Amino acid sequence: MAGSGRGRGRAAFTFNIEAIGFSKGASLPDAVCKPPPPFPSTDNKPVPLKTGEDEDYMLALKQDFRGTMKKMPYFLAVEEEREAIERYSKKYQSREKEHAAWTPDWRRLPREMKPRKKMKKASVKPRKAKSSDPKSNLDVLKKIEELEKKDDEEEKSEDEKDKTKDKEGEDDDEAEEPEEYDEEEHEEENDYISSYFEDGDDFGAGSDDNMDEATY
Amino acid sequence: MTQAEIKLCSLLLREHFGEIVERVGALLVRAGAQPLRMLVGDTGLSLEQVKKALCVLLQHNLATFQLPKRGGVEYEARAERVLRILRYPRYIYAAKTLYGDTGELLVEELLLNGKMTMSAAVRKVADRLTETMEDGRTMEYADVSSTFVRLADTHLVQRCPLLPNPPRVPPPAPTLVLDEKEMYTVPRLNLTPPPEDDGIYWQVNLERFHQHFRDQAIVSAVANRMDQTSSEIVRTMLRMSEVTTASGAPYTQPLSSNEIFRSLPAGYNISKQVLDQYLTLLADDPLEFVGKSGDSGGGMYTVNLHKALTSLATATLESIVEERFGSRCARIFRLLLRKKHLEQKQVEDFAMIPAKEAKEMLYRMLSENFVALQ
Repeated sequence: MAGSGRGRGRAAFTFNIEAIGFSKGASLPDAVCKPPPPFPSTDNKPVPLKTGEDEDYMLALKQDFRGTMKKMPYFLAVEEEREAIERYSKKYQSREKEHAAWTPDWRRLPREMKPRKKMKKASVKPRKAKSSDPKSNLDVLKKIEELEKKDDEEEKSEDEKDKTKDKEGEDDDEAEEPEEYDEEEHEEENDYISSYFEDGDDFGAGSDDNMDEATY
Repeated sequence: MTQAEIKLCSLLLREHFGEIVERVGALLVRAGAQPLRMLVGDTGLSLEQVKKALCVLLQHNLATFQLPKRGGVEYEARAERVLRILRYPRYIYAAKTLYGDTGELLVEELLLNGKMTMSAAVRKVADRLTETMEDGRTMEYADVSSTFVRLADTHLVQRCPLLPNPPRVPPPAPTLVLDEKEMYTVPRLNLTPPPEDDGIYWQVNLERFHQHFRDQAIVSAVANRMDQTSSEIVRTMLRMSEVTTASGAPYTQPLSSNEIFRSLPAGYNISKQVLDQYLTLLADDPLEFVGKSGDSGGGMYTVNLHKALTSLATATLESIVEERFGSRCARIFRLLLRKKHLEQKQVEDFAMIPAKEAKEMLYRMLSENFVALQ
């Protein structure tokens, strides 16, 4: 079969060359063998940057600002890995002062922003015993309302703990007791008594059958 | 937002707030409003980290929160506002030229911290100034306070939206409201502790600074085109219109020649007739920066803000084309700006450039997207 577009050993294109603007017989531009240079020289050079006293001052302000921002408590750096070996030079390098802690005004932020408090067993305040009862109703109401709004399981448990944090120590107590109780319950779900095999050495020591027989 | 702008936002956040804030902020810019748990999932950061990052972004007015109808809280980034970080040095410098070192430091502290109470800002700046003073002198809180009041009076700083009275059952997030009339009211303070303005936060009013830059650009354009006196007249007119004209208005409220004469700065001793001549000249200028809107009061004049800004923008564009492609391309470009659409043949005729070169130039500008085919 005659190859389409193959004349007698003559090269020809498979499309009509006149379509892109080369008239018949005109010389084609050189074939490109390598990529164009990254910075070709141009006839028109760019205008030089505007400089002057004002610009210098603003540049100094900018550098200042950048440096100061890095030291502010708003700058959240990713914690670097602790060094495996303590270097000798650490003693002599001045450690930058720890970023001063910054507390936002929680009243202006959504309540889910407040960090979850770790349950501290140590913080016991006597007045809680009296005030917890009347307030707990409000808390329960609050909880119910939020639960209605949230549709995500994870959010629910998080927010319960978050929203009930309005009075500080109070919630620690409230949350602690059910949690402790839950632990017990959970452990009892199987048939094993949790304290049975705690200490292997005592196995058999507690038997009080009053058996005087020797054990072999 | 273009890809380049999103990338720029990212870099600005990283430079000023660190990688954690960058990741949260960049996701918000790209993906739009998100609830908290989506942010935790998509950034791969811990819940605590995301919360802290959001607090930082909210503190610096770079993000907002809202309560959508379906419940919960959604956070949104203000990408345009992030890009304004590039202009911080300009804002601080402008405050310096207007209100000295005290003004400069007040604006700088507000930008560094996002928002502050007046008492905190005044105290911080007074302490900073005291450090730089010699002879063991101290900067009085009262002096810094008065500069703060002046900044508020000219609307360069404004109050942040306020908390309403807390409802009986607090919602998941507060709804902050701001009464327009209260935006610039300075609370009465005595700065010896404890400060009494708890809960009243101030932020820099970027829009007002942009107005200031706009006015500066117009005044210097007039100075370049005409002379110093004309530019002072225009500056006076703009100053008189500062608080009476909305920021997006096409022209200032009309001012009578008599009013302008009374408001000229003290050093200018031109007579009333000379002022009138200048005003007529300005109004007749083809650039139309100033327009005459009536004859009462010695002649009513306005500054045509939109026309002035359009002329300046056009001049900038033409200058870019001229520097990049040459004067002949600039001639073609100016033609196209005036006539909107032209055919190839018309371009050659009007610009008086031979066909072959005209074709080449048009193609060059086309390849760099300065002109488009229709």
